[in-house]
Amino acid sequence: MKIHIKNGHVIDPKNNINTKQDIYIAAGKILGVGNKPANFAPNQTIDAEGLIISPGFVDLSARLREPGSEYSATLVSELHAAAAGGVTSIACTPDTQPVLDEPGLVEMLKYRARQINLANVYPLGALTRQLNGKLLTEMCKLTEAGCVGFSQADSSITDTQVLWRACEYAATFGYTLFLRAQDEYLAKNGVAHDGEMASRLGLKGIPAAAEGLAIASILRIAQETNTKIHLCRLSTAEGVALVRDAKKQGIQVTADVSAQHLHLTDFDIGYFNTHANLKPPLRSQRDKDALCAGLKDGTIDAVCSDHTPVNDDAKLLPFAEAEAGATGLELLLPLALKWASQHKLSVLDAISKITSQSAAILGITGGNLSIGSDADIAIFDPEQVWTVTPNQLVSQGKNTPFLGIEMMGKVQYTLLHGQITYQANL
Amino acid sequence: MYNPQLDSDGNLKHLLTIEGLPKRILNQILDTAETFVGVAERDIKKVPLLRGKTVCNIFFENSTRTRTTFEIAAKRLSADVLNLNVGTSSQSKGETILDTVDNLIAMHADMFVVRHAQSGAAHFIAQHVRDNISVINAGDGRHAHPTQGLLDVFTIRRYKPDMHNLRIALVGDVLHSRVARSEIHALTTLGVPEVRVIAPKTLLPTGIEKMGVQVFHDLKAGLKDVDVIMMLRLQNERMSGAMLPSAQEYFKTFGLTQEKLKLAKPDAIVMHPGPMNRGVEIDSSVADGSQSVILPQVTYGIAVRMAVMAMLAGGTA
Repeated sequence: MKIHIKNGHVIDPKNNINTKQDIYIAAGKILGVGNKPANFAPNQTIDAEGLIISPGFVDLSARLREPGSEYSATLVSELHAAAAGGVTSIACTPDTQPVLDEPGLVEMLKYRARQINLANVYPLGALTRQLNGKLLTEMCKLTEAGCVGFSQADSSITDTQVLWRACEYAATFGYTLFLRAQDEYLAKNGVAHDGEMASRLGLKGIPAAAEGLAIASILRIAQETNTKIHLCRLSTAEGVALVRDAKKQGIQVTADVSAQHLHLTDFDIGYFNTHANLKPPLRSQRDKDALCAGLKDGTIDAVCSDHTPVNDDAKLLPFAEAEAGATGLELLLPLALKWASQHKLSVLDAISKITSQSAAILGITGGNLSIGSDADIAIFDPEQVWTVTPNQLVSQGKNTPFLGIEMMGKVQYTLLHGQITYQANL
Repeated sequence: MYNPQLDSDGNLKHLLTIEGLPKRILNQILDTAETFVGVAERDIKKVPLLRGKTVCNIFFENSTRTRTTFEIAAKRLSADVLNLNVGTSSQSKGETILDTVDNLIAMHADMFVVRHAQSGAAHFIAQHVRDNISVINAGDGRHAHPTQGLLDVFTIRRYKPDMHNLRIALVGDVLHSRVARSEIHALTTLGVPEVRVIAPKTLLPTGIEKMGVQVFHDLKAGLKDVDVIMMLRLQNERMSGAMLPSAQEYFKTFGLTQEKLKLAKPDAIVMHPGPMNRGVEIDSSVADGSQSVILPQVTYGIAVRMAVMAMLAGGTA
């Protein structure tokens, strides 16, 4: 299969390409960018006039709900959603049922994803067994099975001795730990940012300091043990400040922010809107501004979707009882573009946060259009305006605080290994 | 943002929280309640305003006092009353709130009085009932208890009619109190110039001052020259632990005694939403003393709840 993508504007942050060029694909690989390879006779031509050709997006955090929560979503449904969102590589969290703490489970997940063949799935293995924060998993075996890093999902390791050992052991083999920083005691039973809004609504708050405290101890231990740490989904101004300082000191730390948190605050909870029940909680305007600024100055390296499809029933409950999370794979692109336009940045700046930057954190080959690399490509219209409705979303989860909101930017084609996996209805 | 409590003409559709209700509506409820105070003193304590209507008390959380006063209020308006203690039935069988509510709608209830341990439960139910059904929040988590807030301001208005010239103190566990939140919104909306909250830092929510109150951590300083003292209940499970070391120490520092009451204005009134912990937040001699209006609060509670139900049903007295 040979594909010629013509007339499009190529944006490839890793190779610093931002110009109108054609792309030539053969045998699942990128054969040429700009220059037509000799004797290239395409089977198919995609006319990308007015569209942007980008590396397929690399998402640092998605819940694909298999195994164990097929009632909320399935691997098939969510990989279709990924394709519709232009996402071709996904790091998935280990908080499945059972937890991804055994090589066999990881192999099964990888195998199923290959069969479905709509996106590359890169599992993050559980750092501790059952995510219990006590016993380490077999990290070498899990890596052989396909894990690209280790994570505690939304739980923490409260025992600093265990965290220290986990860091030392991971550092022995050069593995990266993907940690969401939150002090479990301060966050206990909390469902919203501890501020004026939670106080008015009578919701149990999670203080911003719960993130700062946890980041401070993680970074201190990472520094002592020389461990690579990726901090998942920063939510506070103090978290951003701590990471900025750590990077200056040369600590091996990277960080991401969820696309939701770049645009929403705790006031978006409104009258107990359960779609705004997220982990970490939506925080204050000041925090949101700091996240946006941190992403701009490079303190925060990447944007993730934090994709969490939730069944309708689990959201049709009083706020604190509702399951947290929002569907996000299909909103990653428009929300990243919106951030860039709000801060007077280029489309390339937005794309880098969801391609080259996130791929580098995962240590995978995707996220670029280099000659010879896998032809994982997203082709999108940066100016198409669409409204988020349940029907528009391919994901089985229709839960997002952006329901009814207009987005700008929509994927027209997605290619995985040189095969078209998604094409918008024109 | 739309106000889920008002219909398109600005009339009360549900009573979920005091916050966001215009002063006009609050005064209308209080004025309507005045007309119902007399009903209880008649030989036949009934008016036919809700005849043929079914009021359903759904209590997902136990309560005796509030449920009883709502029941009496509905019966005095001639409604049929259905009491459901869901805490002891459907929920333990795994039924969701919406299923419970849908079943009651199918039984043609006209008005729901809802209590639930989770903040926002009443809003949630109000969003999912049919257009012709009204929801009254009888307490949701820490969020709101609007009829309690209304009956408290009704009581204050009876004893201190000039609301624009009052200094009022709320004392105790504001953090966990839906009553305190509703009282604060009612008082500030009605134009009370100075509302104080007095509590240890462990029992105050973050950013409480943004609700328009002055914060005091010293009971004596906070009570100085106030016209009204509103005591809050301290739940048993919070009397010793990380919030407070002991009930005895709490009484010593934040309990209302005759001696401390003297710091307030001589004609100050003392209120408590009940049930009281004598010797913890309030001394018996104060609770039963001449300045206490705790029992009148209960009496007025019925008139206020009648007023709310009558207004929601579209009638006045």
